[in-house]
Amino acid sequence: MAYEVEIILMRQTASYLAIPIFVVDTDGDLVYYNEPAEELLGQRYDEAGEMPLEEWSTAFLPTDENGDPLPPDDLPLVIALQARRPAYASFWITGYDQTRRHLSVVAFPLTGQNSRHLGAVAMFWQERPL
Amino acid sequence: MRVTFKGVRGSIPTPGPQTSRYGGNTSCVEVSATDTSIAVLDAGTGIRSVDFSRPGLTRIDILLTHLHMDHILGLGFFGGLHRADLDVHIWGPASTVAGLRERLNRYMSPPLFPVRLRDLPCRLTLHDVPLGTFEIPGLSITAVLLIHPGATVGYRLSDGSVSISYLPDHEPALGSRRFPEVAQWTSGYRLMAESDLLIHDSQYTDDEYPSHVGWGHSSIQQTVRLAEAVGARHLVPFHHDPSHDDDWLDQIYSPIIQSGRLAITPAREAEALTV
Repeated sequence: MAYEVEIILMRQTASYLAIPIFVVDTDGDLVYYNEPAEELLGQRYDEAGEMPLEEWSTAFLPTDENGDPLPPDDLPLVIALQARRPAYASFWITGYDQTRRHLSVVAFPLTGQNSRHLGAVAMFWQERPL
Repeated sequence: MRVTFKGVRGSIPTPGPQTSRYGGNTSCVEVSATDTSIAVLDAGTGIRSVDFSRPGLTRIDILLTHLHMDHILGLGFFGGLHRADLDVHIWGPASTVAGLRERLNRYMSPPLFPVRLRDLPCRLTLHDVPLGTFEIPGLSITAVLLIHPGATVGYRLSDGSVSISYLPDHEPALGSRRFPEVAQWTSGYRLMAESDLLIHDSQYTDDEYPSHVGWGHSSIQQTVRLAEAVGARHLVPFHHDPSHDDDWLDQIYSPIIQSGRLAITPAREAEALTV
């Protein structure tokens, strides 16, 4: 079955953008991330494929600045998905390439025509030491 | 189901001797539903020739894919709207901020049109088309949003034994890096899959498409590849570009038809197909 057109267009747009983007469906399952996101997550999307919420929300070992694990419910993408509002956070992840990176993440819900809840989108920014 | 093409042209009516064989009226397709009802797909200028005086006819369902002018231009001139004994249901997409009635009123009111929707004699009901499946007499309808500028849906009609898919304005190749994509990433796939008759946008050629990316339409060649990918049994290329006259369309379609890749019948005004 095909994704809703808003999800398809989000993926098409993301595939052309230079900012890392991560797209999940209504269940929070990962449906797409673009090439810039591949660099941060340490794996090509074509290799990782679609992934359930429980898997991606812990796979990248999100932690706070002290190295303490971040609960999935505190992740901006999960907040955007569950509370259906934009959310922001700054935290650290460890990619599939075992590299630890400091990210700022903005996430927003994907609300389509007729106010249909379709999922959520996260945009990443890698923080680098000055 | 019997499908009659009342208008097959895209964008703007193109009357004249050079378009007389394929036709110059804009999008409109009549579908037989029951002995007492018909379904009409879009209300381009072709809707003027829909027969609303058939004995026993009590209900007409007009299914609008979107509100670009070439798909609603004939609405005010459709005689069925002026018959007090007819139930007319108009289905069409709401936008993110306005319902179908408010959107249609922009056209069906002065100064653009002298008669207001509320003053039409027929028993008129407007529906913000539900995204999903709903029923009208004799037919099950599925509506899905498509890639085309503004709120635009395509329809799949089924009478329980055969299905017709109608996507007159559709650009599924937009932004795609390897069109046609796999099923789940193909706009409109749910409507088109295994359809007995796929009526699909074919406005451009592959040569013309690059200068029209984002305009919301497909090339003929893209549509043929798409029809094969979704397993359509019979393709009707539709929404011919106004600049493509009869001889040009013959020249383009002749080798595609002769190739035998799939059953293909370019839409011609006044032609009917039984599915």
